[in-house]
Amino acid sequence: MRVDVRILRYNPEVDTKPHYENYVVDQEPTDKVLDVLNTIKWYQDGTLSYRRSCAHGVCGSDAMRINGRNALACKLLVQDAGSSITIEPLLGFDVVKDLIVDMEDFWDGYKSIQPFLINNDPPPSGRERIQTPEEREIFDDTTKCIMCAACTTACPITWTNPDFIGPAAIVNAHRFIYDSRDKGGEERLEILNDRNGVWRCRTVFNCTDACPRGIKVTRAIEQVKRTLLYNS
Amino acid sequence: MATRLSRGGGRARPAGSGGFELFSWYFFRISGLALVFLAVFHVIIMHVINTVDEIDHAFVVDRWSSPFWQIYDFLLLTLALLHGVNGARVSIDDYFRSSSWRLAAYSALSLITLVFLVMGALAIVTFDPSQFEAVAGR
Repeated sequence: MRVDVRILRYNPEVDTKPHYENYVVDQEPTDKVLDVLNTIKWYQDGTLSYRRSCAHGVCGSDAMRINGRNALACKLLVQDAGSSITIEPLLGFDVVKDLIVDMEDFWDGYKSIQPFLINNDPPPSGRERIQTPEEREIFDDTTKCIMCAACTTACPITWTNPDFIGPAAIVNAHRFIYDSRDKGGEERLEILNDRNGVWRCRTVFNCTDACPRGIKVTRAIEQVKRTLLYNS
Repeated sequence: MATRLSRGGGRARPAGSGGFELFSWYFFRISGLALVFLAVFHVIIMHVINTVDEIDHAFVVDRWSSPFWQIYDFLLLTLALLHGVNGARVSIDDYFRSSSWRLAAYSALSLITLVFLVMGALAIVTFDPSQFEAVAGR
């Protein structure tokens, strides 16, 4: 099928501001939007820049705004995106080039919640730390995060306030706070109990809509808020 | 071109402003829940059971002669005002990036809140029907 593609391009070495460029490609309806980008880059305009790695919705490299909504280019099919597709970089971050954004703030937020197992007790001798399926169920949803930044850049608070830690960091904190094997929960809760932590969240639900993994992001944030309330 | 490399340990540790924000969030939930009942019953009483044509001086005198309705209206006033003002406060916090403009907006908002709260509370608490008889045409 014929697909009209409009891409927001920006090359800081040449352009003073971003501008749209139009392309026409022939794709199968069952192709992915990433295939559209590849067709353009490989056969029409090699200067087009974007991140992609696994191309199967696991690595989280190719989150971008497709027809105004954050999505993974490798997960959204052309037949679902339509014959006219507008592709723009994620909102709220500086554009490095074309569809590549500077995610340093995003990683800073992620690193600040200490995204690793904290437990100084040695594991039971001869085996790993075990937990019941019920204990796992509490945080199972937030283990699915691939850190594509679709949620954080869909959040209107992130657009106006770079100091906000962002939904993705809270999701990854949630993944450890409610893990029965982890002992760093209190420390992470203290980090999130801040004006720019969970309390900057206004419960807009954009993050939940944007998540390509279907994580109930807003619910995870609300769970952290309630834990802080009950602990206070 | 983004030349900045990793800053290592992530962002600076929070200054610990969570306490008030936690209270603010909880206040939103509790006042919102209370307002659902207070505001809905207010609308039913003022616009369904009675109409605006029936609500006159005598109606207000009768209503505010009861401490129950005085407390009801005082709660409606304070919770609705503070719930809304708290919303405006977080919007200012989100959108005013300059600290001096933010302080100016906070100050203006606080002043307006105080004026409205005092005016409304005085009207409810110090209401004296005898002062309004001439206006009410009695």
